[in-house]
Amino acid sequence: MSAATLNPASGSPAAIPPEPTNRYRLSHLRALEAESIHILREVAAQFERPVMLYSIGKDSSVMLHLARKAFFPGRLPFPLLHIDTTYEYPEMIEFRDRFTAEIGADLRVHTNWKAIEEGANPYDLGTSKCCGLLRTRALVDGLREGGYDAALGGARRDEERSRAKERVFSFRDTHGQWDPKNQRPELWNVYNGRVDKGESIRVFPLSNWTEMDVWQYIASENISIVPLYFAKEREVLVRGETLIPYQSNVKLLPNEKPQIVRCRMRSLGCTPCSGAVRSDADTLPKIIEELFGFRRSERENRVIDYDQDGSMEMKKREGYF
Amino acid sequence: MSTLEQPALLPVSHFLAGEGEKDLLRFTTAGSVDDGKSTLIGRLLHDTNGAYEDQIEAVRKSKVNRSTGNFDFSLLTDGLKAEREQGITIDVAYRYFATPRRKFIIADTPGHEQYTRNMATGASTADLAIILVDARHGVLAQTRRHAYISWLLGIEHLVVTVNKMDLVDYSAARFHEIRRDLEVLSHRLPGATLHYIPVSALEGDNIVARSANTPWYEGPSLLDLLENVEIARYTPTKAFRFPVQYVIRPDLDFRGFAGQVASGTVRPGDSLLALPSGQQAVVDRIVTFDGDLEEAFAPMAITLKLDREIDVSRGDILIKASEAPPSVSRHLEATLVWMSPEPLHAERTYLLRHGSREVSARVGQIHHRIDIETYGEISAGSLSMNEIARVAIETASPLYIDPYREIHAMGAVVLVDPISNNTVAAGMVSHTRQDKAAERRKRQTALAFQVSRVTPLERQHRHGHRGAVLLAEDLTLAESLDRAFFDRGWQSLLVEGETLDLRTPPAWLKAALDGANLVVLAGSLPEGASTQARLWGDYPLLTVTLRGTLEAATRKAVDLLAAHRVVPADEQSGDGEGI
Ligand SMILES: Nc1nc2c(ncn2[C@@H]2O[C@H](COP(=O)(O)OP(=O)(O)O)[C@@H](O)[C@H]2O)c(=O)[nH]1
Repeated sequence: MSAATLNPASGSPAAIPPEPTNRYRLSHLRALEAESIHILREVAAQFERPVMLYSIGKDSSVMLHLARKAFFPGRLPFPLLHIDTTYEYPEMIEFRDRFTAEIGADLRVHTNWKAIEEGANPYDLGTSKCCGLLRTRALVDGLREGGYDAALGGARRDEERSRAKERVFSFRDTHGQWDPKNQRPELWNVYNGRVDKGESIRVFPLSNWTEMDVWQYIASENISIVPLYFAKEREVLVRGETLIPYQSNVKLLPNEKPQIVRCRMRSLGCTPCSGAVRSDADTLPKIIEELFGFRRSERENRVIDYDQDGSMEMKKREGYF
Repeated sequence: MSTLEQPALLPVSHFLAGEGEKDLLRFTTAGSVDDGKSTLIGRLLHDTNGAYEDQIEAVRKSKVNRSTGNFDFSLLTDGLKAEREQGITIDVAYRYFATPRRKFIIADTPGHEQYTRNMATGASTADLAIILVDARHGVLAQTRRHAYISWLLGIEHLVVTVNKMDLVDYSAARFHEIRRDLEVLSHRLPGATLHYIPVSALEGDNIVARSANTPWYEGPSLLDLLENVEIARYTPTKAFRFPVQYVIRPDLDFRGFAGQVASGTVRPGDSLLALPSGQQAVVDRIVTFDGDLEEAFAPMAITLKLDREIDVSRGDILIKASEAPPSVSRHLEATLVWMSPEPLHAERTYLLRHGSREVSARVGQIHHRIDIETYGEISAGSLSMNEIARVAIETASPLYIDPYREIHAMGAVVLVDPISNNTVAAGMVSHTRQDKAAERRKRQTALAFQVSRVTPLERQHRHGHRGAVLLAEDLTLAESLDRAFFDRGWQSLLVEGETLDLRTPPAWLKAALDGANLVVLAGSLPEGASTQARLWGDYPLLTVTLRGTLEAATRKAVDLLAAHRVVPADEQSGDGEGI
């Protein structure tokens, strides 16, 4: 039916759009936004000590933006937690401190200092072991120390095969572990957040977003992101297909020299483990245009996922996001 | 692949539009093991560029190839490591792809018996279901099961995709035979629309484009259907329902009720009623981060600020004072899908989630189980994992319910085990049994706060319908409508010779509509005014014309009133009846 509204106070019939049924159709981005906002509010309503994991990447930026929308005009009803490996790009830390101060968020930072003091680093341990200590271990410890019963994460189901099966409210046992074979049924928009002491729920409000959705949303909402995502001339180490931005903490291989390459990051992480790609895309429209022609999934440039077949799934079982 | 047409290339400018003009379609896929489900999805992802190059590369390099071709599409959608080794998928997996028209979310669910619960999970959010049938094997028990669960969860479009047509020589006769077998079932699935498409997932016939191998098939390709099928979810004609999820209170001056609109539309100025308190207030603002809205509709996530302080918290429901309220009862009749390895205990107390409300509940009686292969009824004393039954549920306090078939969110319930915290069942409420005490309490609370004024809701209760304007230019027609309404026991008024200025409708009309009258206006609208509109935000203005006989036009007017939920629809509640 046509449900053109006629309000004596405000409108003339001429102002009614000609095809009123379309008025009641949300675009895919608005539909995703509504779903995510609903999830974020459920978290605030159902849990006593929720926290938002903030990784500084584009997905975290979108999630944070959605949270600001969900609780407007109120403040965020939970703190942000950043797991700092100390191997992240300095631009990321700069951005984190500036942006969270700007929006008045309560930022907490957790680092596995014990492992670092004992010499944990990606060069000697290998990326997989290092990640286990500085990310997974640090995350599980950080959540336990904070006594958080729910942790919001920006992971998307289209990122990786094992994520495709994960619930929006994903149960974790007292060790922070995920059991893919024993997940709670999740129907409609009804989410079951009940946990006993020590157990927790990881919540993924962006579950149904794709990489393209995220970029389109960043563009249409004008969301600030770390400049590393935009192409510019950078000093990098060229290792096969992978470009490693040259930072003081990256160790050179024998005979290796940094080169200047125009490139950008498709996903952010630690300096030795997340590579850049050759790119000219220095604006959002160019990034979207590049993505459209550029059919490679973004995690490919994260060296770690391809260490072992199914490695992400193993990390997740252990408590990684 | 032999196709008649090439798929259109996506223009880059489309993605640059940012917001994009796409809408969202969610669908499920189901089929028995080896019907070709993974191949079909892999093909859709591949042909719409939904699969990434490195994934395609990984498939190319993979040692596993169970297909006859040189590229095993099914590997693009494989799941967890253990399942990959077993060669089967066991849970709901979500996949994504997009075309210039739509973004698609696939809930890919496994076919085998023990996973009814996963299928129900996938179906709960879907607009459409693809049901795969192997052309060689025809309709199997699983096919009937998939169709039933899709229907039970309220999926509107069931697309029967007859796969492996290449293995039956693209035989039209075989396709029509399968189609006939399924059409026999379709009358037991009232409300669902069935579509049939002959395909070969492996060869790509009728997947993205229509195939030259099936010249006898006149319908759309699968992708064409997915892109163009109309989704009823977008119709805003249903009553406004707003389960309050969270109260936003940044300071003493602002108190906003946050939630997702479950159905209908709302505007500033609308009178709302809070359930269960029965208090009324007017919408002052619809607040969002991006500025106030002039109107909101399902499934938007919004915050409502009301014009006065009333008693509302999480779990309450806001409705429009001018619309028919949901029924209120502690006795729900529902179809329950049991999802836990631990069977249902009739005497146990579970937690029941309804929207954002949580109450204690007991399953009082199992009327009968449903055999989802024969659609027959089986008597049952208990209910185990993956079984479905019609049951009576009793809740500790009254719930406000609309039938699941009418408004999903208002008729959907989830049972949680309070000891293990696990989600153990999902239910679709078809109706409530009369709960006189709850009804009386509801009326009393509504009255308690309205000592001096009779509310529109009370008048609606008495008349059994709400107010609307019916505009008939022809006086004979107007008189016939007035008589027909009166004879049905409705409250009707006939007004002659008015030209209704929609910009400033007369005050008497508002009083008549708030009084739940059907106002039959023998008159006209000013030149150029819209013929279908709403007055004061809520009351439909319906134009009735005399085409054909007087009786036909009158009947049509009655149907229109039901369609706009002014009067109750005829008592033929859908759920359960089709079994
Ligand atoms: N000839 C033929 N084989 C097919 C077709 N679709 C799938 N297959 C094959 O059937 C087998 C099972 O397919 P798969 O997609 O794994 O089935 P699933 O178990 O339903 O996911 C594989 O060997 C496929 O190559 C088809 O349209 N024609």
